[in-house]
Parts: sequence; C-alpha cells; structure tokens
Amino acid sequence: MSDTILTVDNLHVAFKTQTGKLTAVRGVNFELKKGETLAIVGESGSGKSVTAKSIMQLLPSATTEVTKGDIVYNGESLLQMSKRQVTNLRGSEISMVFQDPMTSLNPTMKVGKQIMEGVQRHEQVTKAQARERALDMLKLVGIPQAEKRLDNYPHQFSGGMRQRVVIALALACNPKVLIADEPTTALDVTIQAQILDLMKDLQKKTDTAIILITHDLGVVANMADRVAVMYGGKIVEQGTLDEIFYNPQHPYTLGLLQSMPKLNEDRSQPLLPIAGSPPNLATLGEGCAFAARCPHTMAVCHTYTPRDIVTETGHSVACWLQDPRTSTETPELVETGKSSF
Amino acid sequence: MKRYLLQRIGFMLITLFIIVTATFFLMQLLPGTPFTNPEKLTDSQLAILNAKYGLDQPVAIQYIQYIGNLVQGDLGYSFQHEGRTVTSMISDRIGPSAFIGLQALVIGAIIGLVLGIVSALKHNSVLDYGSVTLAVLGMSIPSFVFAALLQYYVGVKLEWLPVALWEGYSSTLLPSIALSVTVTATVARFIRSEMLEVIGQDYIITARAKGLKENQVIVKHVIRNALIPVVTMLGPLAVSIMTGTLVIEKIFAVPGLGEQFTLSILVLDYSVIMGITIFYSALFIFVVFVVDIIYSFLDPRINYKGESA
Repeated sequence: MSDTILTVDNLHVAFKTQTGKLTAVRGVNFELKKGETLAIVGESGSGKSVTAKSIMQLLPSATTEVTKGDIVYNGESLLQMSKRQVTNLRGSEISMVFQDPMTSLNPTMKVGKQIMEGVQRHEQVTKAQARERALDMLKLVGIPQAEKRLDNYPHQFSGGMRQRVVIALALACNPKVLIADEPTTALDVTIQAQILDLMKDLQKKTDTAIILITHDLGVVANMADRVAVMYGGKIVEQGTLDEIFYNPQHPYTLGLLQSMPKLNEDRSQPLLPIAGSPPNLATLGEGCAFAARCPHTMAVCHTYTPRDIVTETGHSVACWLQDPRTSTETPELVETGKSSF
Repeated sequence: MKRYLLQRIGFMLITLFIIVTATFFLMQLLPGTPFTNPEKLTDSQLAILNAKYGLDQPVAIQYIQYIGNLVQGDLGYSFQHEGRTVTSMISDRIGPSAFIGLQALVIGAIIGLVLGIVSALKHNSVLDYGSVTLAVLGMSIPSFVFAALLQYYVGVKLEWLPVALWEGYSSTLLPSIALSVTVTATVARFIRSEMLEVIGQDYIITARAKGLKENQVIVKHVIRNALIPVVTMLGPLAVSIMTGTLVIEKIFAVPGLGEQFTLSILVLDYSVIMGITIFYSALFIFVVFVVDIIYSFLDPRINYKGESA
C-alpha cells in the first residue's frame, strides 16, 4: 500500500443551487499509485472535472461543498488540512493542467514570470535561479528558442505551444501528482498527439503520477495504465487498460467502446450510439444512474444502487449484472426489460 | 508605431475639423445677435458693428475666414469683452476648472477603486450590496444636489469649509468633493464588474493551482488585469469632469471655464463659444489618444506596430 500516493474515498461533492443542493459527485473511490497514469473517462456532466478540482480544492467554496468522503494524499487528509497547508501543496506536490490553453495563462504576464511565480512560491530560490528553472522547463517541454520565449506573452504562442507552457508551469516544482483535465480537448489532433507524447515522456523522466481526465477513449488507450469510467457522478467501472478495453463489464463502458469508430471496420456499418441522454443529477435517487439507458436493465436496477463488485484482478464494476445476489435464486429481481419500471 | 501615430493624428485633425464646422453653423442658427439691445441701435450703428466683427459677410465667408484664422492658432476676439482674445480668456479660466476637476478625479478614483475592489472580493456580501447601492445613488443623483447638501451641512452648519467663492485651497474642496461623487460611483461600478469577470477567468484558477497565496492571486493576477480597462474609462471621464463642471462652478462661484462657457452661450459671444468648444473637443480627442497609447503599454496584446498578434 505504501506506493499509493492519493486515495479518494467515497467522495461526494454538491453544488449549492437556489433550489437546494445538487450532488454532482456521488461517491467516487479510487487510488492513485506513484508514477502511474489513471484515466478518468466519462461524458460531460459525469463529474470528472469536479472530482479533479475537489482534489486541488479549487472549487469555489461559495457554491460547492464536499458533503461526504475523504481525499488522502500521502497519508494525510486534504480535507482536514488548513487552507494554508493545502495552498502549500498546490503546485509543489499536486499540479494541474487545464483544458483550454488559450485561457489558462494570464494574458498580461510574461510566460517566464508565470512559471517563476510558482517556483518562487514553493522553493527558496533567487530570482535568477527561478528564471533558470523556468528556462529549463521550457526546454524540457520542447519550446524552441526557450531563452527568447521566456519574455514572451501568452498571445505570442500557438495553442499547442501554450499547452506546453502550461505543462512546464505545472511540472516546474516536480509535483508527485499531475491532474490533467482534458489537456488535449482544445487542441487539434496532430498537436494532441504531440502533447500526449510529451506528457508520457516527462512522466518517465519525473515519475509523476498522472490523473488524466478525458472523454476521448483514443487518448485513454494511448496514455493510461488504469481506467476509471464515470457516469452520473460515480465510477461505474475501474480496471487496468486491458481489462477495460478487452473485458468491459459495465453496459455503459461497453456502450462507450461500441460507439467508438474503428479503422478496420466496415464503414457502411453505422456507429452504435448509447440511447437516451445523460441523467439529470437533480432527480437522481436510489438505483443505478445508467438504468434508464441501459439495454440490460432489471427491476432491481431502478430501486437499489449497485455496489462495487471487485474481481481478483482488481477490476471493479458497479452493476447488478455482475452482482452474485442477482442470480437465478431471485427471479423477481432479475425480471428484465424496462417495462418493469 | 510611427505610421500608426501619424495616422491617428491625421484622424484627430479631421475629427476636430468636423466638430468646428458643425459648431460654427449650428451656432449661427441660434436666434438673436451678439449685441445687447440691438433694437435700440440705429441701422447705421448696427452696420458699423456688424462690419467691425465681420458679421456683414455671408456665413460661408465668415466660416472660411474663421478656419483661416484658426489654422494660424487665432481664436479671435471676444464680442462681449472689448479687446480680449478668446485664447487669453480660456487660459485665465482653465486653471480653477482643471484644478477642481483633477482633484475630484483623484478623490473619486481612489475611493472608487477601494469600494469596487472590496465589493468584488466580498461579492454578494453586505459590503458588496452596500457599495453597489452607494454607486447607484452616486450615479443617479446629480452632482448639484450633493453640492447643495455639502454647502448646507459642511459649509453653513459645521462651518468646516467655505460655502463658495474662490479664496485659497480650502475653497476647492467642496466643489471637488461634489464632483467626485460621480467619479467614485462610475469607477466603483466599473472596477467591480471587471474584477468579477477576471476572477472567473481560467488563468485565475491556474494561479491558484500554482499554490499562490490568495492575496498574491488577487494583487498580481486579478487587480492588474482588471485595472487595464479602467484606464480607458478614466481618460474620457477626466475630460468630462473638467468640462462637466458648469453647474458646480456656478453653485460654488468658481471662476472657471464652465461658468464662462454658459455665460458666453447666453449672450451669443460667437467667438468665445467657438473657442471653448474647440478647446474642449481638442482636449477630449487628445486624452483619448493618450489613453490608447498608454493602453498599448499596459496590455501586451495590443500593439500598434502592425505585427500580427
């Protein structure tokens, strides 16, 4: 267990809205080991970004609240820490790369200065040393003429180059954990590949654990060691990359994989979409969040929330189909079809 | 940059020319003549006066003559004050106006900034609602109301400051304070909304994610970016404060340009109306120009060198 660096345990995060609390993250569990890449996949509104931001405690406290659960970094609960302790961890131990490089850099500050700021905040360095570090980081992320580029403003960089700067900024203090929130979503495909390669490369050099948040299964296949699939504020399936891609257990994961276009497939075949639309978090009660869209619903799915079933390989899935209790011994639970609801 | 500057100056001159032309002809449409009691003058007396001031010429000729003089920097003589040039009248009167205006601007900008920043940082708190209410009041109540209140309470009742007249520095305070209310309100509202917008930007989350302390985030990232647009607003505001002092100058009996301006319109002192209008317009155009230049230094995304951003 000692190689576990971050544990998220039964995390619940709620938004305070005018009509009451809206729980966006409804019991997320995962562990992150040193140096590994965990991909969190899910559609818009599934709670992946909220989970990521609550680890960094970057959600505005005026409108959001962790209502239950815990986040443990290196044996210490982040939620129990003082504001100051958390601020000290940000950027030095846990860093974050954001989705849109066009807006995530301060437009009126030179990029060198923006990198130096973090270094100067966390380490006892002179200005010259901080600048030296910023320069090294720009070189590391492959920005040509780094010396000159230090004194440039963000608008003088292209989108891909900016994302490199953002990565340089995030890694400047050698964090143990890097949370990348859709780092390539705003970039075009060729640049995406470059940025992903860069992240993999840097991970090898620095042994940083990465939480990669994405909705792109292609990116997942490229990067991840383990995958967590989120739906309706929960992780519905979690396992190694191979387990998830070749042995998916949850109907939602299966649906995601089936809806992905494949190169070697007959192109006259239409893509298989998942029917229905994402759940309304405000009205989600007991039962499986995916039940309304699931092609294999049973009576039990609508009334009881499935628990995580963990196989010996560590593959976990929250689905009644995999629950040994819904076997032939309880035919009233297994009665299939949506008509039962 | 040089090319841009020349271009801008060209446009400024064209703008000014259009303003001069429009004012010249609009002013001619005003009923009445510059002479008091013209009905008591005989026709020959009128003819002599008209000839003296060039009013016997067709308007088009008058206009061409005026432009001709203007190009040489000559704003002509006052019709009302024998032998006084318009230029000397403006330069005599501008001092008090500018002083009161600038002082009001400084007071207003400082208080407005503080109010705006506090209310953005304490968004949706009592402080925020309080300062927003104050700002709305400040913007909607005309400054002469404040002027009268100040005169009565601070001047008459408390006797802290002189009620009116232009006798030393203490006389400048009440008019400045009365004028500063609008500035305070405008600046406070503006900086508040700018700050709230900047706080919601992604790069503020980046700054927090770097581990910067909250006050570092606010000072280095939020306020700096929120202040840039305020500069654009302050320039024109400064001019309007220096020119919008007509009523205040009247109430406090300040010998300023605004008072002169009102007076000259009442008695149709053509050359003075023209002169002051040109002066105000030129000032305004110049300030806007200066603001644009300053802006390019504050915001690195703006440059006038024609390089692609």
